[in-house]
Amino acid sequence: MTGDAIIEMEHIVTRFGRQVVHEDISLTVSRSEILGLVGGSGSGKTTLVREMIGLDQPSEGRVSLFGERLDQIGAEAIAALRNRCGVLFQGGALFSAFTVFENIAFPLQEYRAIEPALIRDLVYMKLAQVGLGPEVATYLPAELSGGMTKRAALARALALEPEVLFLDEPTSGLDPVTAQAFVQHLQSLHRELKFTAVVITHDLDLMRDLCTGLAILADHHIVAKGTAAEVATSSHPFVHAMFSGVRGQRAFGTMAS
Amino acid sequence: MRGIHEGNVTNEGTNRRENGQSTTAGRFEPAGYHTVGDEHGRTIVVLTGPWTLRGINGRANTLSQELEKYARNDGKVVWDCREVESLDNFGALILWRLQGFTRGNAIEARPEHAALCERWAQRNTPPENTRSPRVRPLAALSSIARAAQSHLTGFTTLVGQFVLDVLHLARHGEDIPWKDISATIYEAGVRALGITALVGALVGIVMSYLSSLELRTFGAPSYIVNVLGLSIMRELGPLLAAILVAGRSGSAMAAEFGVMRLTEELDALAAMGISRTVRLVLPKIVALAVALPLLVVWTDAIALFGGMVAAHITLGIGMRGFVYALPSAVPVVNFVLGIVKGAVFGTIIALVACHFGLRIEPNTRSLGIETTNAVVTGITAVIFVDAMFAIGFRGIGLP
Repeated sequence: MTGDAIIEMEHIVTRFGRQVVHEDISLTVSRSEILGLVGGSGSGKTTLVREMIGLDQPSEGRVSLFGERLDQIGAEAIAALRNRCGVLFQGGALFSAFTVFENIAFPLQEYRAIEPALIRDLVYMKLAQVGLGPEVATYLPAELSGGMTKRAALARALALEPEVLFLDEPTSGLDPVTAQAFVQHLQSLHRELKFTAVVITHDLDLMRDLCTGLAILADHHIVAKGTAAEVATSSHPFVHAMFSGVRGQRAFGTMAS
Repeated sequence: MRGIHEGNVTNEGTNRRENGQSTTAGRFEPAGYHTVGDEHGRTIVVLTGPWTLRGINGRANTLSQELEKYARNDGKVVWDCREVESLDNFGALILWRLQGFTRGNAIEARPEHAALCERWAQRNTPPENTRSPRVRPLAALSSIARAAQSHLTGFTTLVGQFVLDVLHLARHGEDIPWKDISATIYEAGVRALGITALVGALVGIVMSYLSSLELRTFGAPSYIVNVLGLSIMRELGPLLAAILVAGRSGSAMAAEFGVMRLTEELDALAAMGISRTVRLVLPKIVALAVALPLLVVWTDAIALFGGMVAAHITLGIGMRGFVYALPSAVPVVNFVLGIVKGAVFGTIIALVACHFGLRIEPNTRSLGIETTNAVVTGITAVIFVDAMFAIGFRGIGLP
């Protein structure tokens, strides 16, 4: 284990029945890196992230989180590792019967090492951190707009001061202004908290503004990995289409040509 | 601040280190502190280790209490945070809560850590609403009245809309949702055959055993046919089938509406211009009104068969004799009454399930509450209506 690798995946193969999703994928995420995981619909990005947290097991290969092999440590140890991770699910996955306050307080209460008196302060701090006012605390998830749901879900993901953050399409379904603000929030949070992050995204602007590295998933493999400039030189058809298309040109300029 | 480390180092509290140097690698060191005196007679509190959620790990109260005595604003205490390995919101909160920590006691901190503490200084935690809710009987009464009114309006609207839909479909036959009706009959009727048969047979056997004991003491064993036939066909068959269907299908129907609300399917249907009462409510009512009478016949038959076998074993009554004696012992109107009850019960169960299903709000708690309400209210309503039947038809079909 190298000191700075937070997530290491080695020779990952994933099969659902006869359908092969991943074929020999190796990937390392270093401390404080924000890795953008990019790929076409159905290319297995979410599955790869679920394997990183141990929610799914790969058919073959090894996954290490914080230097610990997930297939060798017990369920209890995995749960302890997950305490150090925050996950923002695509649809937010807020508990619909809880208010926003209770949603964010939930992981803090479950952690048990936090005095109840501090939880209130922490919850309102998290809300402010993601740019939500204190009045939102009493809302139920059904009463929130799409952007507010994402922010509230991010606040919950940040509740236990995670060292690693997994974001599944954080800007999908947001209007451009809200998406831009959301990315800026993530940027400033990253400056402040120095977390490591894996971001699944289709948003080219987000890749440009937030990600320090990109990994492109296509044809069951990681076909390109590196900074945006390095990835853009790849000759793989998917990468080429993504960066030299009209939208790619707009976001990344003429880098690809 | 030069020279502070040359003073007397006093290790305190939970800090177990020999000196004030922060470790960078190796063993995990928890958050801690030590104090040093400097040449001006001031106390310097040096915070060390990771002041994070995991670094503090449950010692927030201990650390706060120990540090409280240094949180003075008399210029005799200086805080040094430069040796803090890492600081997160939680650590910053613990420090910020110390009285006077931010009030100019020469805090030495790295800029990124200072920014975090600054954040807390600007925090905005609204005051907790500590007023305990007073019990106001009048308000409670009025809220009960309002709930009753809302249920009454909702149910009346549902029934009225059902009648309007039926009238509409009578004129536009092509709109009748045959597929939905047939699917619900299969789901609520055909798939309930197994459980109604099992319960029916068991109740028939129990009834037969219990009655046979009494009848034997009176020396009238052949009356077992009358007892079983009347009670099963008139009361038990319809009631058993209805209660089982209310539990099975009532909950399923209410939950279906709830999940459709959660996933915005109800809105999607409305946006396509499709009436949810015609496509969702009406098929359920029609299907249960058709399926439950059929289930009643089935339950009657199985329960009587169970009772007949038990009677054969305990009283030695021949099965052929039992079957032949049945028509003369029990007037056929009882059987018809049971079937009519089945149709009425089916309609009630479906109406109640739809009523509560459509009241489900888009959250999991409401889903659970209203589904329970649908089943409990459905069964209660069935028994209530059964009692009205018993009173209303007391002069008919009884010997």
